[in-house]
Amino acid sequence: MTRETSEAREEVWAALMRSALAGDEQAYRRLLSEIGRVVRPLIRGAFARARLSDADTEDVVQETLLAIHLKRQTWDQSQRVTPWINAIARHKAIDAMRRRGARRVEPIEDFEAVIAAPEQQDPHTRSDVERLMEMLTPRARDIVRSISLEEQTITATAARLGMTEVAVRVALHRALKSLAGAWKAAQS
Amino acid sequence: MKTDDLILALSADAAPRGPPLRRRVALGLIFGALVSFAAFMSVIGPRPDFAGAAHTMRFDLKFVDTLAVLAPAFFLCLRLSRPEAAPGAMLAWLLAPVVILGAAVAMELAMVPSAQWGAKLVGSNSMHCLSVIPILSIPPLAALIFALREGAPRYPALTGALAGAAAAGVAATIYASNCPDDSPLFVVTWYPIATGVVVLVGALAGRRWLAW
Repeated sequence: MTRETSEAREEVWAALMRSALAGDEQAYRRLLSEIGRVVRPLIRGAFARARLSDADTEDVVQETLLAIHLKRQTWDQSQRVTPWINAIARHKAIDAMRRRGARRVEPIEDFEAVIAAPEQQDPHTRSDVERLMEMLTPRARDIVRSISLEEQTITATAARLGMTEVAVRVALHRALKSLAGAWKAAQS
Repeated sequence: MKTDDLILALSADAAPRGPPLRRRVALGLIFGALVSFAAFMSVIGPRPDFAGAAHTMRFDLKFVDTLAVLAPAFFLCLRLSRPEAAPGAMLAWLLAPVVILGAAVAMELAMVPSAQWGAKLVGSNSMHCLSVIPILSIPPLAALIFALREGAPRYPALTGALAGAAAAGVAATIYASNCPDDSPLFVVTWYPIATGVVVLVGALAGRRWLAW
């Protein structure tokens, strides 16, 4: 990838991240999808080099996206966003490889040099996230399901559950936080 | 669950709540320091001759030393709470208290007759120093670790150790106003031991609670 395009990516991602932090859900959704597309081949490549099974790389992609989400306030807006995203992806990938018993954890390439993989059907059916969701309270699980799998808005979910929108947002945030906690607990 | 489904849930939670990390950690330090200060004032308080002592160089130098630990440790800890940050050249700032204290010790050795060195070093209340500093470190260390849990440090144990050093810096600054021993020979012997204990606790706490 040429310098110009990685520079262009930095600019686009930084702008999207700023909008996301200001509450723009569309921008955030686009940013997370793009990050997923760039991080996926990186993780797949690292797993292949360590001779690990390809089967659960998507779980690592999801864990990375969740970490980016929960730690988004650690991005210093005066700094570049791609090295920050890169550091989180690297941390999660190396962690995942160690857990799976990789002997040699080679440094993951910087994605400055990676071209996004084309959009492909994600074959995931029964993922870690889904297993971990069983640990949430029924109400929290219902909210996450409603917004993710059923593609309902916060407003619609709030109306259906007889909750305020703020309460749904708070519950969703807590649920995502406990998912990350459950993920970490499941690993150790 | 497909990744796109997860992204839907994440994007619905786009706007962050609560203050940014830097402010959270700074507030943690201030809050912890206030708790320690209140505890200090209600239990032991500054020494009786505080006002007079404040005009002597040896007494004032203790605060320069403790603040020279607190400031670099805190800013380095703050920096390392970000995932992409490496300690780098900032680690050199941690030499500041070493240099300041080293110079003070050299001057003390030059000014005080060698027969008194031992007595100055032992001082009158080293056990007090070794217990009060770690105890007063508990509130700022706990508050810092709690705030740093929102961070994403690449080196959790190192970040925790620096939080410990910053907390010990707060505690030693407060305690120095009570401590009757002002000789740099006393300070260079006992304060680092007390600080080391807190740094170690901070490193263990970091490994336990700051990994993500």
